[in-house]
Amino acid sequence: MNNDRAKRWLEPKTWAEAAYDPQVRAVVFQSLLVIVLLIAATEIVLNTAANLKKQNITSGFEFLSRTAGFDVSQSLIPYSSKSSYAGALLVGLTNTLLVAALGIVIATVLGFAIGIARLSPNWLASKLALSYVELVRNVPLLLQLLVWYVAVLRAFPPPAEALGLPLGAHLDKRGLHLPQLTFEHGGGALLLSILGAIAAAWFLTRLARQDRDGAWKHSSFIAAAWALVGIVPFLALLYAAAYVSVAYPTLGRFNFEGGLSIEPEFLALLIGLSTYTAAFISEIVRAGLLGVPRGQREAAAALGLTRRQALRLVILPQAMRIITPPLTNQYLNLTKNSSLAVAIGYPDLVSVFSGTVLNQTGQAVEVILITMAVYLAISLATALFMNRFNARTAWAER
Amino acid sequence: MSAMEQIPIADASRRFTTRVQAALFPTLAQSLVSLALLSLIGFVVYAFVDWALIRAVFSGSDGSVCRAPSAGACWPFITHKMGVFLYGRYPEAEIWRVNLTYVLALAGLTPLMLPGVPRKLLLSLYMLIVFPALAFILLRGGLLGLPLVGTELWGGLLLTLVIASVGIAASFPIGILLALARRSDLPIVRWAATGYIELVRGVPLVTVLFMASVMLPLFLPPDVTIDKLLRALVGVALFSAAYLAEVIRGGLQAIPRGQYEAADALGLGYWRKMGLVVLPQAIRIVIPGLVNSFISLFKDTSLVLIIGLFDLIGIVEQSVQADAKWFSPQTAATGYFFAGAVFWIFCFAMSRYSASLERKLENRGRS
Repeated sequence: MNNDRAKRWLEPKTWAEAAYDPQVRAVVFQSLLVIVLLIAATEIVLNTAANLKKQNITSGFEFLSRTAGFDVSQSLIPYSSKSSYAGALLVGLTNTLLVAALGIVIATVLGFAIGIARLSPNWLASKLALSYVELVRNVPLLLQLLVWYVAVLRAFPPPAEALGLPLGAHLDKRGLHLPQLTFEHGGGALLLSILGAIAAAWFLTRLARQDRDGAWKHSSFIAAAWALVGIVPFLALLYAAAYVSVAYPTLGRFNFEGGLSIEPEFLALLIGLSTYTAAFISEIVRAGLLGVPRGQREAAAALGLTRRQALRLVILPQAMRIITPPLTNQYLNLTKNSSLAVAIGYPDLVSVFSGTVLNQTGQAVEVILITMAVYLAISLATALFMNRFNARTAWAER
Repeated sequence: MSAMEQIPIADASRRFTTRVQAALFPTLAQSLVSLALLSLIGFVVYAFVDWALIRAVFSGSDGSVCRAPSAGACWPFITHKMGVFLYGRYPEAEIWRVNLTYVLALAGLTPLMLPGVPRKLLLSLYMLIVFPALAFILLRGGLLGLPLVGTELWGGLLLTLVIASVGIAASFPIGILLALARRSDLPIVRWAATGYIELVRGVPLVTVLFMASVMLPLFLPPDVTIDKLLRALVGVALFSAAYLAEVIRGGLQAIPRGQYEAADALGLGYWRKMGLVVLPQAIRIVIPGLVNSFISLFKDTSLVLIIGLFDLIGIVEQSVQADAKWFSPQTAATGYFFAGAVFWIFCFAMSRYSASLERKLENRGRS
């Protein structure tokens, strides 16, 4: 075969013959494409170099190690204005990941609840869920973020007239102030006991699941296992009570002091992103639930399962196979949409790096390329993780 | 007739109260849920009516009337600013040109969207070639005795519609080419298209807009300056093309192999095979998906705010934040409500249209 091809390729041909040979055409066409792309790339690089020279900007990534000189309102990692631009990049990245991770959790819970409500036998519940979806889906996310930030959270009274919430929390125009638990000497033991209890419960659940027809398979056994998660740390807490202190936020002269303060920018972004994405997730969940054949629901009913049991044990596990791939897309969308933080001033990756750092250094090409590369990496990592999850849920396909 | 079919499944003549009882209060638990939901609806409706009508301010010439502590929605803010919200800083004497453009667009779009109207091809050509040229001349001017109105004066809803429609029109052909390239037999073409599509879909629109606004001028020869609006349009079109390409690729994959082979058997070349046989069928299948992409694009136009262009949301936000004359606690909520309502009407109408097309396609598939 290969030999034949090579022979045909080497045989002398007239120009007309060559022009109509698909192989010749393929080679010529692709070579042309490569040449055009190369010319365009060279042109862009040369122009950029010329433009940068004209503006006296030196290209390269050394700027990352220079001192940033600006403060960031929220940071998970140690950062000050003396840190480097690379530090600012990390702060932005962790802030993006924080809001995306929390947003994904809330959006999933909310989206599943609304999607299930869409199919509720209760007429009011399904219509209410439908109105929510139609309202939220058809308004730009940017506007929703502005509404949450400017019209809702910033419209709360000043600290002196803060809204008191249960457990000593307060909400005012500067954000949400929560009491903070501080673990002293016994803190480590408490944390260890929580982790240990979770591990034990997880192990027992697995054991119960594997023992398909034995007495272990009882669901109340699993419940008991998870109750361990509650009880063991509670006992540990009693033991360590003397070492755990609660810092309540108290009204100082101008602001709340002590406790844990959550910035309104973060809250607005989190609420906006999760309520917006939840509307899309609910449609995916609804389609997934409807995609499970009717017979499955009827079989579950015939087995005497209640509606709730049927949903949890029969319908949802099968619907997950339909739901997971588009759900992954929504998680990616939420992460990418978190870049709208720049509009309300939450210090995410785009706002800190593509905003402040770009303006200070003028290294537009490098800054934007790094930002895009980081988002690409996050997208690829999420897709990879969700594909593995999808492979696990799709195993029963026959 | 068997006995099975005679069992009444739903009796339409049942009394209203019985139907309500069955729908809302079948069991104690369901009744409690219904009551909770009813009170929630009641509370939301009451709060909205109270804000938008009962406590609302309907007349006034500045924000002072809305500063009363009990004031609700500040409607005079909307009525006084309506011109700015709809047209930006477009000169008042020239606004007829914008309105004429809208009329020309509607004249082409309405028959195109209604099923059953003949000459769709001719209408599409009008919308794709004649109308854009006319719209450009009308809106920008500087030709045929029309005074020039620079794009820096365009704003509000006008800018939203311009970005969305140019974005759609420009990204559509690029999307088709990318989709064809991604399914091409030529490896280099396929890799280039796949790389482009996945790259663009992996990053947020905000970064693409930043790139278009900051890096595009660097890419061009030093003596070329490029209009801010044009930069945004390039960014939006390049971004949207990658998403459209994936939608169209779905359609291409749904066309049975036999269609490709039949076209080959007729001796059609690649472009005629695609243009005459495959694409017309593929695009018809994915029209609902395309409309959905257009809805996202329409909503996404608001992001141009971040690179300093003032579309409807941008201009409302600017008026809310920077106009001291209308400063009041209710200005922001009222302005956002107005912008949200306008966007909602456009997007909801488009999604209804897409859903009706989807139903029509499904029926065609069954018959």
